[in-house]
Amino acid sequence: MIPAAFEYHRPADLAGAIALLTEHGDDARVMAGGHSLIPMMKLRMAEVPHLIDLQDVTSLGGISVQGGQVRIGAMATQAELIDHAGLSNAAPILREAALQIADPQVRYMGTIGGNVANGDPGNDMPGLMQCLDASFELEGPGGARAVKARDFYEAAYMTEREDDEVLTAVSFAATSGGYAYEKQKRKIGDYATAAAAVLLTKEGGACASASVAMTNLSDVPVWSEAAGAALVGTAVDAAAIKASVAAMLGDIDPTEDNRGPVAFKRHVAGVILGRAIARAWSRA
Amino acid sequence: MKDEVTREERVDALGGMGCKRKRVEDARFTQGKGNYVDDLKLDGMLFGDFVRSPYAHARVKSVDSSAAMEVPGVLAVLTAADLEPLGLHWMPTLAGDKMMVLADGKVLYQGQEVAFVVATDRYAAADGIESVEVEYEELPVLVDPFEALQSDVVLREDLLGADGGTPDGAHGPRNHPNHIFTWEAGDKDATEQVIGAADVVAEEMVYYHRTHPCPLETCGCVASMDKVNGKLTLWGTFQAPHAIRTVVSLISGIEEHNIRVISPDIGGGFGNKVGAYPGYVCSVVASIVTGKPVKWIEDRMDNLMTTAFARDYWMQGKIAATKEGKITGLWCHTTADHGGFDACADPTKFPAGFMNICTGSYDIPTAYLAVDGVYTNKAPGGVAYRCSFRVTEAAYFIERMIEVLAIELGMDAAELRRINFIKAEQFPYQSALGWEYDSGDYHTAWGKAMAAVGYDDLRAEQAQRVADFKAGKTRKLLGIGLCHFTEIVGAGPVKNCDILGLGMFDSCEIRIHPTGSAIARLGTISQGQGHATTFAQILATEIGLPADSITIEEGDTDTAPYGLGTYGSRSTPVAGAATAMAGRKIRAKAQMIAAYLLEVHDGDVEFDVDRFVVKGAPERFKTMKEIAFASYNQAIPGLEPGLEAVSYYDPPNMTYPFGAYVCVMEIDVDTGEHEIRQFYALDDCGTRINPMIIEGQVHGGLTEALAIAMGQEIAYDEMGNVKTATLMDFFLPTAVETPHYTTDHTVTPSPHHPIGAKGVGESPNVGGVPAFSNAVHDAFRAFGLRQSHMPHDHWRIWKIANELGLHG
Ligand SMILES: Cc1cc2nc3c(=O)[nH]c(=O)nc-3n(C[C@H](O)[C@H](O)[C@H](O)COP(=O)(O)OP(=O)(O)OC[C@H]3O[C@@H](n4cnc5c(N)ncnc54)[C@H](O)[C@@H]3O)c2cc1C
Repeated sequence: MIPAAFEYHRPADLAGAIALLTEHGDDARVMAGGHSLIPMMKLRMAEVPHLIDLQDVTSLGGISVQGGQVRIGAMATQAELIDHAGLSNAAPILREAALQIADPQVRYMGTIGGNVANGDPGNDMPGLMQCLDASFELEGPGGARAVKARDFYEAAYMTEREDDEVLTAVSFAATSGGYAYEKQKRKIGDYATAAAAVLLTKEGGACASASVAMTNLSDVPVWSEAAGAALVGTAVDAAAIKASVAAMLGDIDPTEDNRGPVAFKRHVAGVILGRAIARAWSRA
Repeated sequence: MKDEVTREERVDALGGMGCKRKRVEDARFTQGKGNYVDDLKLDGMLFGDFVRSPYAHARVKSVDSSAAMEVPGVLAVLTAADLEPLGLHWMPTLAGDKMMVLADGKVLYQGQEVAFVVATDRYAAADGIESVEVEYEELPVLVDPFEALQSDVVLREDLLGADGGTPDGAHGPRNHPNHIFTWEAGDKDATEQVIGAADVVAEEMVYYHRTHPCPLETCGCVASMDKVNGKLTLWGTFQAPHAIRTVVSLISGIEEHNIRVISPDIGGGFGNKVGAYPGYVCSVVASIVTGKPVKWIEDRMDNLMTTAFARDYWMQGKIAATKEGKITGLWCHTTADHGGFDACADPTKFPAGFMNICTGSYDIPTAYLAVDGVYTNKAPGGVAYRCSFRVTEAAYFIERMIEVLAIELGMDAAELRRINFIKAEQFPYQSALGWEYDSGDYHTAWGKAMAAVGYDDLRAEQAQRVADFKAGKTRKLLGIGLCHFTEIVGAGPVKNCDILGLGMFDSCEIRIHPTGSAIARLGTISQGQGHATTFAQILATEIGLPADSITIEEGDTDTAPYGLGTYGSRSTPVAGAATAMAGRKIRAKAQMIAAYLLEVHDGDVEFDVDRFVVKGAPERFKTMKEIAFASYNQAIPGLEPGLEAVSYYDPPNMTYPFGAYVCVMEIDVDTGEHEIRQFYALDDCGTRINPMIIEGQVHGGLTEALAIAMGQEIAYDEMGNVKTATLMDFFLPTAVETPHYTTDHTVTPSPHHPIGAKGVGESPNVGGVPAFSNAVHDAFRAFGLRQSHMPHDHWRIWKIANELGLHG
């Protein structure tokens, strides 16, 4: 459990970080909280000859809620997300999800940027970002650009981000209506067996809009457009929930691991989504 | 002037047996001031670490260390070829087998040690490991013991006879190259007859899965060979330091007086630190070769994958009874998966430990047990993880069989237990499988437990829940998990218990200092049990000096008397007895000194709390403090100066702690999640030395039991890869997963133990596992479940529900 030797860099600003990425190419990785990257290095599953610590790049921090828009700097920790009152009002689902990530120690270190950039299907934030229809801001030697969360994930650990780009912030519109983040895990500190993010709005007793995303049930986070559509226009009764679950099951593709076989995961995914929809509806 | 202190105040001032004395160890542990082996830093110390096999079964064609030797800081790479001239490429195991220190031509399990890289620090060693090139040729893998006994694939070619046959092993005939031993107890023919003629027979396969003790501190050592004076010092995480000294001497040829073994603070053992591991041997050799101290410390994955697993018993059972539920016979055949080498840590004559305690708390007139040990491509071990040797397996087996029998009979499982308990007046009780239970009062304990939990109300609530479930009103079921366990601990009488020929007595040596304080040294070693606290309490009561004035020291073979160490709940039953006996020797001499000082005959004084008083004249006395000083400054005719004693205690019998546990569990049928609503644990460990420490031990043991029953396992895939080698997948409960426990007790002293104590550290694990598992089973009893193997993690509980058709 000892990583291979590496150079440690600690740039003072974003330009410095990008310059180092450009210089070392494939051999360099940025580090945020280090709670996904360092374990991989210790297991020697990731070899990183040049480790670029982003801690001193203060421009990557901060959370702002303005004019119905939320913008979270990549280096904001999960603990900061949980403690930010304005954010809890603007998007309470984020707090509910963050509280279900790992344990307090990990949440003090792990960042939202690291969580969404990592590309690990087990991370909770990517699914949530699908649900929120968030945008990721990237900056590299060629300048800045934004990519939709729903377009960002290609496969496990493979994303739209270029090797020499830094993910600087995530942004999304403040939410209204009902929400729920429901996660089943084996124990505290575990990744999801299945998790569901649900946002929906209610008008005149019927569901006006709905967004559904699932975590750790495929090699990428799954935004199930059909599962949301199955709820819209209904009174979110048992039949609608059943239809939404059935639609979601068409979009996921879980694999067997120590958490259980595929049939179990599919069953639990359905149960978890059903509960998330019910809770979101009760809050709408 | 202060009034005369009362007798009660004098008793309190001692802090002796029965009081909730705070743990003296905790001052350093809670402040991060413990001193563990990895804290040790010696001048010029090197670090060694292993190249390990990625394959579960392969030939090792070649080991090329030339590139590794180029890595900065790497000083040496040891292979089997380097150890062979010293005769150290293999070593004896505690079970009469031998095991490779470093791969000798082949590997038998994933993670097996192939080469030992010695470097200036652990970082250089890790880089060196990456650069050692090993050429393997993969061989067919056997992970299933039943398949292993049928297979043509020979795992242990080294054990084949010259004629290609299968010579006898350490425990008698072997019937297949992958077979290790058959061990039997009881009367086979009589048992089969009883079962053949019985009204009712319940038959079931009960699997107790492979798991691991997983102490927070992994195994490790520092070996330091002083070439000038020829002395080897070995610090390490040893649960049995003296036995390690003897083993090191026997295999290295270094005379025993030139070896000093020191166990510093140990961060949990649970059986994992009983055995001798390749890391110890390689560190010693590396220190001899380099003349420098060499440290070896396992990382978490090394620990989980290689050093000493626990359980892995397939127990086929038949239990016979009359229509009324009176048990008439018990039959068990166990297939024991021992991995690549037989490295179980059991007393020599007991290759399946004390599995023959599997008649449990019940008066079963006829019984038979056979155990077959089997080699597979898994790590060796088979240690007693927070239990006496195979006692958890035995308790789980009988407590599952009782439940299955209750189903077969259509009876309540609590009532079935009650009508079969050994009665208080039957003790000492001779069991059908050969043990003499020392004392017990099971009916009283059971009655108290049933009353405490409101058993009948719980059953009524459960019946209502089943009705509600069937009516679609709830998706949660209620399980009531029962367990009444009897342990056998405190190994053991030298006449039948030894390890490597060393009798399993234990020892205590006491020196009283002139000013009335003392040091006592024992052959055991605490790994969290709080010996420094409780042994001082025993002594305080025995010799009348305050516990706070008594230092307890363990773990240094140069100073402590010889003993067999701490595991199998043997410290209090054996070393605790030695402590009391040594204390009584001190008291006997103190009596003579007191009589001399008081100018009366020896028989005219008697011991009273902290002093000797003249019989009938309590105002004439000498305190133990005064007597201690007198022993150093008075020339007493016929008595040597000083006040010291030593006792080597050979217990006349084992002790038999017992308990009654009830677990109330809610189960979510759809997700497989559980919630423990109530857990009641009544323990009877005989005389209670420190109720607070007992409670702490019970909490810890129950939490490990929870882990084992509800998720913890060492799982292999069909290629022999370990699937659960990190704490992400290997379940170690935190405060979040740990329920509230209610503890209770009865006191039935051991009649043969000097203070009547029986040991408690392991009871909660032995009793806890069946209680948790039975709760899961019980929740589904109304829907037809008989047996489902542990661990009961989410998906396996879900699978029970799914197979019973509860998902609609
Ligand atoms: C015991 C444990 C349990 C956990 N459980 C959960 C869980 O239940 N749910 C969950 O979601 N997560 C879980 N995590 C992961 C944790 O939340 C991580 O901290 C998080 O996923 C990554 O954030 P980080 O800041 O630590 O990223 P790092 O580990 O520093 O980086 C992760 C990856 O992202 C890249 N990266 C980081 N920041 C940027 C950036 N700004 N721009 C571009 N690339 C970047 C890195 O180069 C690296 O490849 C767990 C971690 C541990 C140790």
